[in-house]
Amino acid sequence: MATVSEPAAARTLRRRGGRSQRAKEELTAYLFLSPWMIGFIVFTFGAMAFSLGVSFWETNFLNQNEYVGLENYRRLADDLLFWKALRVTVFYTALTVPFTTVVALGIALLLNQGLALSSVWRTVYYLPAVVSGVAVALIWGWVLDPTDGLVNNLLREFGVEGPRWFASENWAVPGLVLIAVWGTGTNMLLYLAGLQGIPTELKEAARIDGAGPVRAFLDVTLPLLTPTIFFNVVLNVIGSFQVFDRAYVLTGGGPNNATLTLVLYLYHRGFGEYGQFEFGYASAIAWVLFAIVLVFTLLVVRSQSRWVHYEGGLRR
Amino acid sequence: MSAETGPSHATSAVGPLVLSKSRRRARFLSPGRLLLYALVIAGAVVFALPFLWMVSTSIKPENKVFAYPPEWVPTEFTLVGFREPWENLPFLVNTVLITALNLVGYLGSCSLVAFAFARMRFRGRGPLFILVLSTMMLPGQVTLIPLYRLWSELGLVNTIGPLTIPAFFAGEYTGAFTVFLLRQYMMTLPFDLDDAAAIFLFTGKWNEFLQPLIYLQTQDRFTVPLGLAQLNTRFSLQYNQTMAQTLISLVPVLLVFFLVQHRYVQGIVISGVKG
Repeated sequence: MATVSEPAAARTLRRRGGRSQRAKEELTAYLFLSPWMIGFIVFTFGAMAFSLGVSFWETNFLNQNEYVGLENYRRLADDLLFWKALRVTVFYTALTVPFTTVVALGIALLLNQGLALSSVWRTVYYLPAVVSGVAVALIWGWVLDPTDGLVNNLLREFGVEGPRWFASENWAVPGLVLIAVWGTGTNMLLYLAGLQGIPTELKEAARIDGAGPVRAFLDVTLPLLTPTIFFNVVLNVIGSFQVFDRAYVLTGGGPNNATLTLVLYLYHRGFGEYGQFEFGYASAIAWVLFAIVLVFTLLVVRSQSRWVHYEGGLRR
Repeated sequence: MSAETGPSHATSAVGPLVLSKSRRRARFLSPGRLLLYALVIAGAVVFALPFLWMVSTSIKPENKVFAYPPEWVPTEFTLVGFREPWENLPFLVNTVLITALNLVGYLGSCSLVAFAFARMRFRGRGPLFILVLSTMMLPGQVTLIPLYRLWSELGLVNTIGPLTIPAFFAGEYTGAFTVFLLRQYMMTLPFDLDDAAAIFLFTGKWNEFLQPLIYLQTQDRFTVPLGLAQLNTRFSLQYNQTMAQTLISLVPVLLVFFLVQHRYVQGIVISGVKG
């Protein structure tokens, strides 16, 4: 998709313009690109190279600068907190991805039924997605307050004593997952877009063939929606592995590190929570996180031939 | 197609048969149809409840906040929680400044880049565009520490520099994503992706947390999310204050969102990329 097909007329015109015209256009193009090129070299490529280098050092960028080779990575293997953070993050991701997928898809299906006031409903369901992570955390900290929060108050109406949420080691991560599900608006919109792209003829045909709504959904809608589901799952896996704002504001990683996510741990190590600025060690964590995200993303990508249906048999 | 056009109208392009059918359905509410309405309303209430809970708490006096059963519409109310914003005004000013510079920087630099990719011919266009796209996939954490080093060498820590300068070089994830959106727009797709790009930038920068957390160290430089996060510790259990401040912090984003939501929502739907 990186190539553009130009109208034939424009191409002939350009050919007539000759070599100097072409060179001039090329020069202008590079001129236009130059801000991004500088930005890419400094903020992306250069920074990544430097980051990899730093991960082989033990450094606070001030008085301590020692080349330690792979020592930081070896330390990670024995670091119980790192393993804890990895478990927390994987657990969070493993819950968040399926739950957000099901809820977002469910809402999109509902909103695709041609109900009245559809744009009102769509706005209500989408709204949590525009709210800042910090505000979301503060609202939910109160909603899930163990003694006086909205959820536990409602549960009490039914005679159920709710869990202690962010004060409990077992319920803190499910609490974070609940927040993620609430903020799934963007996924919902993408499913809605996917659903609206399904030709009505296909559904009509299924109906004429005697398929009920459930059958039509399973045999027509769901297969045609698998590319959208795939796209959302990839983005959600990447996003879930990088969860930070909520955990930082709500729990700071507690209780007893039950919500210590990988990015939170990286931040703690790098920016002094444990008493020193361990930039080398934090960089090593960043690279391991990068590698893990890459592996999980590739796993999802590799799995697509089993379940993602591209129309016309196109496999990417 | 405007965002108001509901799904039932969207199908009308297919043929008059489908259109008349959906009209007929709308007129006679079958039990199944009623069930759908019940579901969509119940779901909407569940999604809106945390917001309503916030609003309700924000106007309660201290002694009513923890009342059980909770009063959704408080019998006594107070605006004491809303008094703080005047102290927090600097947070707002800082956030407006940072967000505005980001909008100018990103829209300027990314428009140039997107124009080159969309309309000009030059060697290496394909590979360079793939480079832009792959920047979108990189997790920001990898570059966090080198960039911190860079900005501290330049003496720009605790200034808005690290949070705004990358914008003028189409930098980082945001730059790549904006180039992508604008390029799609310039390739004559008939959709308002330029608006979507602007709103994506606005909400993203307004809500940003990790970067300001790292670079802004003194209270006078804080942004709204930083100020809010601090509230959590300051009024640890004064929920009416915290909720009032949270509510205030949401106003600008919600205002912009409601003004342009049609185009924004449509932009996301069309581009098919998460904002």
